[in-house]
Amino acid sequence: MNATREPLQRVQATGGKSRETSDSTGMRRSRAASAAAVRGGLILAAILVMGWLLILPLAVVIGEALKLGVRAYLDAIRSPETVAAMKLTALVVAVTLPVNVLFGLAAGWAIGKFRFPGRSVLVTLLDLPFAVSPVVAGMLFVFLYGRTGLFGPWLFDHNLKVIFAVPGVVLATLFVTLPFVAREVIPLMESAGNEEEEAARVLGAGFWPIFFRVTLPNVKWALLYGSLLAAARAVGEFGAVSVVSGHIRGETNTLPLHIEILYNEYQFQPAFAVASLLSLFAVISLALHVLLEKKRLTGTAKRGLA
Amino acid sequence: MILKPRTLFSILALLTAIAPGASFAQTYPAVTLLNVSYDPTRELYRDVNLAFQKKWLSEKGQTIEIRQSHGGSGKQARSVIDGLEADVVTLALAHDIDMIAEKSGLIFRNWQKRLPRNSSPYTSTIVFVVRNGNPKGIHDWADLARPGISVITPNPKTSGGARWNYLAAWGATLKAGKTESDAKALLASIFKNAPVLDTGARGSTMTFVERKMGDVLIAWENEALMAKELPGGSGLEIVVPPRSILAEPAVALVDAVVEKRKTRAQAEAYLNFLYSKEGQELAARHHFRPGDPEVMARYAAKFPKTGLFTIDQVFGGWAAATKKHFADGGIFDEISRK
Repeated sequence: MNATREPLQRVQATGGKSRETSDSTGMRRSRAASAAAVRGGLILAAILVMGWLLILPLAVVIGEALKLGVRAYLDAIRSPETVAAMKLTALVVAVTLPVNVLFGLAAGWAIGKFRFPGRSVLVTLLDLPFAVSPVVAGMLFVFLYGRTGLFGPWLFDHNLKVIFAVPGVVLATLFVTLPFVAREVIPLMESAGNEEEEAARVLGAGFWPIFFRVTLPNVKWALLYGSLLAAARAVGEFGAVSVVSGHIRGETNTLPLHIEILYNEYQFQPAFAVASLLSLFAVISLALHVLLEKKRLTGTAKRGLA
Repeated sequence: MILKPRTLFSILALLTAIAPGASFAQTYPAVTLLNVSYDPTRELYRDVNLAFQKKWLSEKGQTIEIRQSHGGSGKQARSVIDGLEADVVTLALAHDIDMIAEKSGLIFRNWQKRLPRNSSPYTSTIVFVVRNGNPKGIHDWADLARPGISVITPNPKTSGGARWNYLAAWGATLKAGKTESDAKALLASIFKNAPVLDTGARGSTMTFVERKMGDVLIAWENEALMAKELPGGSGLEIVVPPRSILAEPAVALVDAVVEKRKTRAQAEAYLNFLYSKEGQELAARHHFRPGDPEVMARYAAKFPKTGLFTIDQVFGGWAAATKKHFADGGIFDEISRK
């Protein structure tokens, strides 16, 4: 019981931390000057590290992408193989995201609202994709669906291609993105408790109306936030997908794999042009991320007060 | 709320229902071939595929699409064993194709006898790339072992190309009439001179050409010639050592796959096309040594004559060489510990 409560406590602790620190510095004014110096130093260090590790590489990507002009940039992005990679990446997201949402909601609902034997095992298992290296995840799929794997012979007899084809790429991405939505939804489901649902039931609402009007609105921001994280990972996943893709040009290469291929072919500018697309996606999702984070935290805080 | 949950839910449910079905229904157009190849042949096969498509269309009136997959040769062989449905494999080593035949039975074991010249339509060798004017005066393998020379080569533990480099140095020493302990000392010094060991041949080329590290790069001749054509490669020179190893990339038809997909005729024609004058010409243009004497004669200036030995002659084949030199506790481990 204690172990399963832990994630929730962590969320609350981080939520309250900023207020606590600002209170304590306010109380000790005598040390304010040295504290300010330390704080300034830390902020400067953080900015320098950020600039060096994040801003500089991003600038290089954009600089290299546009090195040969806008025309070359557009040519690289419009090449049939890049378009095929974009389509495949979009397909992967289009499949993994709904599955993640459904699974995340189901898992969040079961784990957050109910106590049952094996619940803590389930919570731990949910983190498995985070604990396993993506390359190992990819190899697991080869062992399962490869020609000599567990299901391989049957699949090959029926001419169903999983590994080294689009389904394998989708499966591998599903595996690595599975925890994102559930991880976000579970703590909220837990902290919301069952009171509102019980009230709704007493007032005569059925299962689905309760779910759509009470349960879902309570977790909607966490759901969107988790979906965003899952989508970002699905777009950017390299390791697991690389193992199961087979690297067939224009067919089983996602954007990250396509970038690697272009780079290995000495096509630096096109490689960076495609990389800039991924960077753009990252920046957009980062902006959404900030927005959702705010919404999500205010949501949590409000419920904390009530 | 941005989206009514009900609407959102039904959209998501619909997508979930449709998408996996769509991705499973993978159908092949009338004729496609999948050529599973290794890294340095990307540019070659792009041209070969176009030429073959054109030829097949004009001769047979059939449109043929050739799909490509590239990667490290050993990894590609592994993928074919695990189910990557290649109609033809065009890999760096006969050994990799032997592995497919042995571990999966997808290729008949006599594959190497089915095509001319041990199923190697084109060959290559290991050469040196140096900076403009060869300022360090590098001409032979012994020069790489001199103190103060910085040598760029990939890691033999991870790279097939690096193994060729290693075996070329070893074999050239023996062929020059020296002993095995001389060869061991030479390689120990060469690896002592290596500031980095990249994981693959392409990585080493990048290190030398783009990052401008090192005095000499040990590389495939085809990679070296291509590196010269890179934007950063104009100031490079190629030095062909007096003795080097003959690299024989091999090609084969994957019997089980062409039977299943009914593509044997096309796959056979495709591999034979590599041996035709046109195919040989394309190989030469993409810096592989053509096996056809007539085409080779036309490119004599590009591919200088040198003393070439094969891996079978000096090492008794790949399996023996791997066991003796690159296996855990082998000679490479021994010299890199020093």
